[in-house]
Amino acid sequence: MDLKELDGILARYPEPESTIISILHEVQSVCHYLPEEALRQLASKTGVPVTRLYSIATFYHFFSLTPKGRHQVHVCLGTACHVKGSERVLTEIERELGAREGETTPDMRFSIGAVRCVGACSLAPVMVVDNQTYGKMTPKNAKEALKKYE
Amino acid sequence: MNEKVIISVCVGTGGMAAGALDVIKAFETELAGRGVEAEFKKRCEVHKVGCRGFCAKDVLVDVTAAGKTRTYQNISAGMAPRIVDEHILQGNPVMEWAVGPEYATFHGKQHKLVLAECGIIDPEEIGSYMEHGGYKAAAKALLKLHPEEIINEIKKSGLRGRGGAGFPTGMKWEFCRKAPGTRKCVICNADEGDPGAFMDRSVVEGNPHSVIEGMLIGAFAIGANEGYVYIRAEYPLAVERLKRAIGQARESGWLGKDIQGSGCDFDIRIGLGAGAFVCGEETALIASLEGQIGEPRPKPPFPANKGLWGMPTNINNVETWATVPKIINNGAPWFSGIGSEKSKGTKIFSLVGKIKNTGLVEVPMGMPLKEIIYDIGGGVPDGKKLKAVQTGGPSGGCITADYIETPVDYESLGALGSIMGSGGMVVMDEDTCMVDVARFFLSFCMDESCGQCTPCREGTKEMVRLLEEITRGEGTPEHITMLEEICAAMKEASLCGLGKTASNPVLSTLKYFRHEYDAHIFEKKCPAAACRALINFRIDENRCKGCGMCLRNCPQGAITGQKKKPHTVDPDKCIKCGACLDSCKFGAVSKA
Repeated sequence: MDLKELDGILARYPEPESTIISILHEVQSVCHYLPEEALRQLASKTGVPVTRLYSIATFYHFFSLTPKGRHQVHVCLGTACHVKGSERVLTEIERELGAREGETTPDMRFSIGAVRCVGACSLAPVMVVDNQTYGKMTPKNAKEALKKYE
Repeated sequence: MNEKVIISVCVGTGGMAAGALDVIKAFETELAGRGVEAEFKKRCEVHKVGCRGFCAKDVLVDVTAAGKTRTYQNISAGMAPRIVDEHILQGNPVMEWAVGPEYATFHGKQHKLVLAECGIIDPEEIGSYMEHGGYKAAAKALLKLHPEEIINEIKKSGLRGRGGAGFPTGMKWEFCRKAPGTRKCVICNADEGDPGAFMDRSVVEGNPHSVIEGMLIGAFAIGANEGYVYIRAEYPLAVERLKRAIGQARESGWLGKDIQGSGCDFDIRIGLGAGAFVCGEETALIASLEGQIGEPRPKPPFPANKGLWGMPTNINNVETWATVPKIINNGAPWFSGIGSEKSKGTKIFSLVGKIKNTGLVEVPMGMPLKEIIYDIGGGVPDGKKLKAVQTGGPSGGCITADYIETPVDYESLGALGSIMGSGGMVVMDEDTCMVDVARFFLSFCMDESCGQCTPCREGTKEMVRLLEEITRGEGTPEHITMLEEICAAMKEASLCGLGKTASNPVLSTLKYFRHEYDAHIFEKKCPAAACRALINFRIDENRCKGCGMCLRNCPQGAITGQKKKPHTVDPDKCIKCGACLDSCKFGAVSKA
């Protein structure tokens, strides 16, 4: 992450100490994860200790300290999706992509994650790829849907 | 043609996923090409209909033209030309694409109060909200009522917190009003973390101004000048709509300094969650808003006295805030006339799982569960039997089919060992294993435990281990004893609501479905045929036509057989993924 970008983000948050979570959201949306270097820069610019940034980054599921793939695949494991077989969908995606939940494929194409309910329960089971929501997934059509992502 | 043509397209998360934006574009192109004036109302139809059968497959579109209004289902971009031609230009609605009778049944028994304008107004335009009586209640409250009158009205209405606990809202406001301090704040809890619940998302997406108006009234009554909405990052559309609504409210003078000349200053800021369920707990939410990790702290002091940055703070859930303007407009007697003796008004439920008309429903409190499940929800699909209804998310419990007549209100659900919760209602049928459901919720709580207190951190972990062993057929009677002991300890000793209630799914399934636990432990069988370790797939040789579909779909090469001859599954290679069962067209594959 270049410094100008970080300065640009910080300029929008006059009180960085209390809005640090929003700032981390923005950093992650630029880098797709929270690089150590960016956290160190952030710490020195805001005065928020890097240990606190680390504790926030590891406490909240949304943040990642490791690089993510080009596309984020999230399988919903909420209750409605669970009773409609989302675990089968996840297992099949893991098998197909050769990576487990929480991991990234070696070619950096996909990162696989599980989410606890995206609130689209009427469409269960649900898979979200980047910002696109796919409803009524079966192991088969989930695999199909992933084909168009490069 | 002088008549106005109104086309409303569902743009909730459901509609968007089904391609609503393409449909809007198709109608725009089509109408522009023919010179028809159209007003495009982007609306959140997802609130008005069961998504399954409607939003789930495609997009739902309302068309008013030539004096006729029709709701069309399963609409894709390619269908726009015919609707424009036949309905809009010639006045003949395309009946074969219109919604069926189940659409009317779904809505018939509902009582829409908070959701009344969802799906009708344009959530991105404050003008649309104003046309439907928006900010009238705020004007009345700020210009004509004394703060104490407002609090009394809310108290008299009997409104109780919709986030789950059901604490009387008016009383909560009064605590905060009376708390010493000049700087106070109100918070809207939109951290809807319960899996299987999306009421709050839908209200924020479909009618964000109703939440802002409710907060404004509450802030005025309490004497607060600062407002925060803590909302999940998993709801990007809701965040965007809310940001836009706050901006418009500022421009129109409903937020900011000296609102509408009343002398009241109030503004709202958004705090983004970051995927921590525990942040729905109010002290954890406050910590997160302060930029800390979301760990709950012991109460007292309660937030009403010492909340965000030490200010007296009042936190209510989205649905509670959105109900407030309705009460101010229509009066407490009107509101308390709806619902049951101790639970007033209406409640929104997200009706999901194994049910025909999944979706969002708003019903008067006290409606028998049976009416919600069968009359509104249309019952369990595929001729299966209802097994249980889970309410209250991970802190709730399961209500069995035997208690289907139970009125749905805070007290009745509590008496059955479940809770109202925020309004998730997940329907389970005979294919759902209740031990697996308990395992599911406990693993959720284990992941979401903040790890601060030992009973919750270690208790959830240990319970998951025990439940996993039972679902793998490795359970013993001691597993049950151990589970019961941990449940009791966690209830007693956990710091916050998450740990105190995490054992509820185990206790309620043990109470009503002990026979399922016993079958796993003593017979090493899963009666619902859901637990992988305890089931086997087999192919019925009389039904198998030898078509080879299962063989081609099996990822493990576990199926063998010659063409046109019955196939067989090798249990040693089978990973029990169910691909064969899904692919067989002759019903020859079964699991047991």
